[in-house]
Parts: sequence; C-alpha cells; structure tokens
Amino acid sequence: MKNIINEFTVRFPSRSANESFARSAAAAFVAQLDPTVEELYDIKTAVSEAVTNCIVHGYRDTLGSISMTVRLYENGTAEIIVRDRGCGIDDVKLAREPMFTTGGADRSGMGFTIMESFMDKLSVRSVAGWGTTVKMSKRLTRREAK
Amino acid sequence: MTVNHSLSDGLVRIELQGELGHHEAITAMQRINEIIEVHLPRRVQLDLAGLSFMDSSGIAVVMRTLRGCRDIGAALSLQGTPQQARRVLSAAGVDKVVDIK
Repeated sequence: MKNIINEFTVRFPSRSANESFARSAAAAFVAQLDPTVEELYDIKTAVSEAVTNCIVHGYRDTLGSISMTVRLYENGTAEIIVRDRGCGIDDVKLAREPMFTTGGADRSGMGFTIMESFMDKLSVRSVAGWGTTVKMSKRLTRREAK
Repeated sequence: MTVNHSLSDGLVRIELQGELGHHEAITAMQRINEIIEVHLPRRVQLDLAGLSFMDSSGIAVVMRTLRGCRDIGAALSLQGTPQQARRVLSAAGVDKVVDIK
C-alpha cells in the first residue's frame, strides 16, 4: 500500500454511546482522501460493526478500552485497525460465519459479513482471554483522479 | 433515534429517524413491539426515510419486527429505505423475506 500519508489513533471506553463517535471520527478522517459518499458510508458501517463487536462480545458485561487506528496511504487506501483487550474469540472461523452470534436477540450475527462486504480486505486476530484485533482496508476511488 | 407512528384503517406506519446502530437498536425494538402489540394492525409499514445511518443492528430490528408481524398475521413492508440501509439489508438477504421500497 506504499507510504502512509496520515494516521491517527484514538482510545475510548467500551460504552455503546461511543459507537457513533468512532464511525463519525473514522469517516471524517478518511474524507481527506476525497472518497465518494458511498465509500464513506461503507467505512462508517464497517467501523460501526467492528466497534460494536468489541462492546457486545469483547467486553460483554464489563467496561474496557477500545483503540482505533486509521491510516491513509499514498495510493488512496484507508486502513482501519480496531483492537480490544477483552475475552477474545475461541473460534474466529465460526464467528465469521453469517448469522453466528453469541449476543442476544438484538444481534443479527451479520457484523463480520457486513465488514467483508463493505471493505476490500478483512483480517481478524484473536486470542481467548487476551483480546481481538480487526484490521480492514479499502482502496478508495478518489473522485479528484477522475 | 426517534420512533413515531400513525394509524389508518388497519395500517400502522412506523417512522424511524436518526441513526440506527447497536446503541439505539434495543430501544427501537421495544418501541416497535409495543406499537404492534397495542394496535394489532393488519399491515405494518416501517418508514426508514429518516434514517441517516444503519448498521447490522438494523437487520435485527427489521427481523424482530417481521417476527412480531407474523405472530399476529400482519404484513410488513419497508418504505423510503435509504441507499446505505438498503445495502446493509441486502448484504444479509433481508430483501428476500421483506418487501423493501
């Protein structure tokens, strides 16, 4: 992805009120790459899923810290890393299956499916008891280049 | 997130406005269920035109509403669905079980 042209990291508690902040912050930063409105919504949606997973699953019934890093690359790629130090995922392959959830009736089990659909690349690293890191990236159209 | 509703001749129209993520989903679900249980409509229109954002939490809200409608024999349709919400719902295949407009 060549050189990083800008990046930021933010850390916040796993309160659901911070989901809106996280997706808005990521989208506002990525806007520097002049993406389309649809691409910005894709980023917002994927970030919302990743952060919600930390809150609902990583820190279920507890309050912990979530970190989010957004990197912008010279070639117009946005990379987002969302990390928690929560309970981790026993079986990442199973967790990425559509409709799988360990959450309640208010969860759809489609979080990873949405992240995969809306981003170009998604990787999930998790160690039970140590936490989960989701890294995802998307190459943006860059309207100015048209 | 606000949830408003109106009634006319067996139809309940429920308008969702604002952002619909995990933080707002439980309140929205509870409010929608209350409206359906109180009015026992024949048809339910979920109007999403006022949604500025929706993630997969919205899928759970729609599917829970569908279940509530089926329990009382009511038909469910979605109206005014913004493009972003439509893409989320389609990625989950919700468009195969609910009429989305």
